[in-house]
Amino acid sequence: MYTALFMLFLAAGFIGVAALAITFVTGPKKTPQTATLEAYEAGIPAAGDARERFPIHFYLVAMLFIIFDLETAFFYPLAIRFQEAPQYLFWNALVFVAILGVGYVYVLRRGVLDWR
Amino acid sequence: MDPYWVIFLKALVMSVLLLGGFAYLTWLQRRLLARFQHRIGPNRTGWEGLLQPIADAIKMIFKQDVTPTHADKVVFILAPGISVVFALVAFGAIPAGPANSLFGMDPWIVDLDIGLLYVLATTSIGVYGIFLGGWAANSKYSLLGSLRSSAQIISYELGLGLSVLSVIMIAGTLNLREIVEINVWSVSPLLWPGLLVALFAFWISATAEVSNVPFDLPEAEQELVAGYITEYSSLKFALFFMAEYVGMITASAFISTLFLGGWKGPGFVDALVPGMSEWPFVWLFLKIFVLLTIFIWLQASLMRFRYDQLMRFGWVWLFEIALGAALLTGAVIAFVL
Repeated sequence: MYTALFMLFLAAGFIGVAALAITFVTGPKKTPQTATLEAYEAGIPAAGDARERFPIHFYLVAMLFIIFDLETAFFYPLAIRFQEAPQYLFWNALVFVAILGVGYVYVLRRGVLDWR
Repeated sequence: MDPYWVIFLKALVMSVLLLGGFAYLTWLQRRLLARFQHRIGPNRTGWEGLLQPIADAIKMIFKQDVTPTHADKVVFILAPGISVVFALVAFGAIPAGPANSLFGMDPWIVDLDIGLLYVLATTSIGVYGIFLGGWAANSKYSLLGSLRSSAQIISYELGLGLSVLSVIMIAGTLNLREIVEINVWSVSPLLWPGLLVALFAFWISATAEVSNVPFDLPEAEQELVAGYITEYSSLKFALFFMAEYVGMITASAFISTLFLGGWKGPGFVDALVPGMSEWPFVWLFLKIFVLLTIFIWLQASLMRFRYDQLMRFGWVWLFEIALGAALLTGAVIAFVL
């Protein structure tokens, strides 16, 4: 089963590498002007590069994503086996959602998602 | 199960078909959008403009491939490859018909027990291509565009992950082939409200995942030029578009497989031609086509979100609606059925 998966990755990887190779081979080879090789900043000379500070919200979103997506992933085994003991598992899920909800409400109240 | 070289060939054919699908999806999109806006759209290259995607491809291939001096060369070149490979690979787990129906071969590439997780995982790895591409280009527009896109995509992953819970609870499996066999709607009408809400939430999340309108923030050209693809040229530029459109096709196929009966047709067609609802490919193709048309329809009808609204919508509304749908389905299974 997983060898088949490997074959799939091999074929898709082949397409990807082929496309990158084609664009390397074809196309004009003349050396571009200096301005062409600069980072685009609306036509004026670039002021420094992009290794600068950016809003912390992106870090926060990434961190929250890891936490909440992991917690979502914990639901999957429960959901697969749900029909075996529905009531028992439902109450369990509710407890879990309650714990998750505390963190969720805390994050919202702290204004993590206020993009202003 | 097929021999491995057959699987490899099938995967190759699938990839080429998906790329062809990408090319003609751009044609369909341009023609339909033109109709929506009382224009004609591309109609000069070939009959009804049908050769337009091929002309575009040839033009893309023979454009000069520019790598900016300040860019991180290796990552800059690898990023579009990562995007497109994972976009192609995701489609492989989606079944297109009953076993042995493709000239004695199975109409899928891999039949995974964790098929659902696999599709979710591979589609989200695509975000690496976007982020690495924007970071490696070392341009401010690229960086901001890629940050926005990746924050958007990972935020809507939550809604995506939570809204499939209803389907998993009803089907009791992650195998996409078995989910199609079970057909979640046929279990009980009492489950329909939960499923409908889940379908709604899943559809919206998927729209955001593939950055379609109204969630096309990466293409907010007034603010970001072209987002993470600003510095890309030639076929590398096209590769990112490929990844995005193939993502749209995969999302449509995934919605069909989970919620709309997958490769199976509606039961009543069996009265016309016996066995018609079991035809491979036809029904999946039709469903994908309809869903893609709706995606394009959205592009013609809706306006773009503002970024803070987008994040708030994903984290507050979609998260709660999707969780609510899962709990509703769970409660119905536990206490009513």
